[in-house]
Amino acid sequence: MLTSLLPVSTIWWREIVRFYRQRSRLFSAIAQPLVFWLLIGSGLSASFQPAGASDTDYLAYFYPGTVVLVLLFTAIFATISVVNDRREGFLQGVLVAPVPRWRIVLGQALGGTTLALLQGVLLLGLAPFAGIRLGVTSVLLTVGMMALLAFGLTNLGLLMAWRMDSTQGFHAIMNLLLIPIWLLSGAFFPSAGAPGWLAWPMRLNPLTYGLAALRKCLYFDTASAGSLGPAWTLSVLITSLFCVLTYVGATLTASSQAE
Amino acid sequence: MTDTLEVENLSHTYGSRRALDSVSLTVASGEVFGLLGPNGSGKTTLFKILSTLLRPTSGRVLILGHELATAAKAIRELLGVVFQHPGLDAKLTVRENLQHQGHLYGLAGKPLRHRIAELLERFGVSDRINERVEVLSGGLQRRVEIAKAMLHSPRVLLLDEPSSGLDVSARRQLRDALKTLAETENILVLLTTHLLDEAEACNRIGILDVGSLVALGTPEELKAQIGGDVVYIESTNGEALSPAIVQQFGVSPVLTDSHLRIECERGHEFVKDVVTAFPDEIQAARFGKPTLEDVFIKLTGNRFE
Repeated sequence: MLTSLLPVSTIWWREIVRFYRQRSRLFSAIAQPLVFWLLIGSGLSASFQPAGASDTDYLAYFYPGTVVLVLLFTAIFATISVVNDRREGFLQGVLVAPVPRWRIVLGQALGGTTLALLQGVLLLGLAPFAGIRLGVTSVLLTVGMMALLAFGLTNLGLLMAWRMDSTQGFHAIMNLLLIPIWLLSGAFFPSAGAPGWLAWPMRLNPLTYGLAALRKCLYFDTASAGSLGPAWTLSVLITSLFCVLTYVGATLTASSQAE
Repeated sequence: MTDTLEVENLSHTYGSRRALDSVSLTVASGEVFGLLGPNGSGKTTLFKILSTLLRPTSGRVLILGHELATAAKAIRELLGVVFQHPGLDAKLTVRENLQHQGHLYGLAGKPLRHRIAELLERFGVSDRINERVEVLSGGLQRRVEIAKAMLHSPRVLLLDEPSSGLDVSARRQLRDALKTLAETENILVLLTTHLLDEAEACNRIGILDVGSLVALGTPEELKAQIGGDVVYIESTNGEALSPAIVQQFGVSPVLTDSHLRIECERGHEFVKDVVTAFPDEIQAARFGKPTLEDVFIKLTGNRFE
């Protein structure tokens, strides 16, 4: 049993070491969302009140969305390394080893999850500046929820990375698919105030539920803005389902793209 | 357990393009077998199939008694593979790369440490163990690659263009190392190459041309097919000169680019005669013992490039 997990842990470990040795990646994944949060959050908080959350200012409303954006960026950057591994030949060496594809994907997914989680935790240190008072329970719940979200997002990235030959395609997907998913998750504006044609995609967007769950975790000890969006159980359930589906999808893609 | 790698009627098509056409060959443990072919000859396709990364359209592969189509996992345990593109992570140290590889094959702890030390010692890179791969020279990287492929003591070693990017002396060292491995440990070594001198150093070779195996045997056997000498004549008007030579000497020249290539006995006398007979048409003439390139030209009618 232990030896069967050895490939998973060694692939995970390599992702961490590589990240540590290319520290500029850390900066790029966390800086952009932070700038977004400060500029957009501060700028809009003077003019707008999020619908259905009159007691929250915009900087606080936007904070969970920023966390999700950091998770999204890190997870996606981590999966870009799969594309590079493929091009450079490293992955071929892994593919000819007697290791089932699901273990390879699991190692990669856990690697990306760990990196995203590390940055998420860093960002969590800024929660008080958003006016969020964190207790022990809410920190633990938030970290757990971030891990779940990061795992799903990394697998979503892997699902695409295993099909791609160049990193150029990734930028298109980032702009046309991932950013819209994020924009329509309730990160930027609540669905309560959105017109019907926008409310529906928001309701169908799996990230909406991830974000809602994260928001509830952050406000667990205060219970103010936590009432926004879909219910807690439904959110956790859908996010878990999202993790399972993306992981299975990534494994299937990896198996079909053996060459 | 049979000690051979057998390929039977192997074909592969990409869409409508036929990359491999009914290739059959057998390689035995203890020999270094070279697949020689120009770019696009299908050798990389064959290599991918043998290394379990590509399913062939039809045909059969048996590696040490295991059927490739049904026992890929068992075969993966037996294979050590060195790809043409570097398979090392440049950001990791030599040790870290080998540890990663060992873990993939279920090796860990002390046995793995010993095995790493032993292989690096054998390939003469022990002193670089803690350096990142990106600072090593191409020749050293290639040695680490082979050490990596040998880590789990595979019975079959597959190498795709192993000498690409290596200088002459590094190439010779690599060649000797592979021979020693095959002989002392009875390992089956199969490599692809587009270099004639590298093929020359193999125990046996197979020559691939547009997906078909056109020759199979030891380099000596293949060259012996030609017999005698090979004369090359350089002429600006080869097309007119060729029939004239046929008429006068009764030999059969092959025209490739600006060269006429003629197989004959006693090449030194023929060169003298032919230059005397056509002093104006011939710019240069030389003769030599047949090479694998001559074998390739004879079999395909094309120059090897």
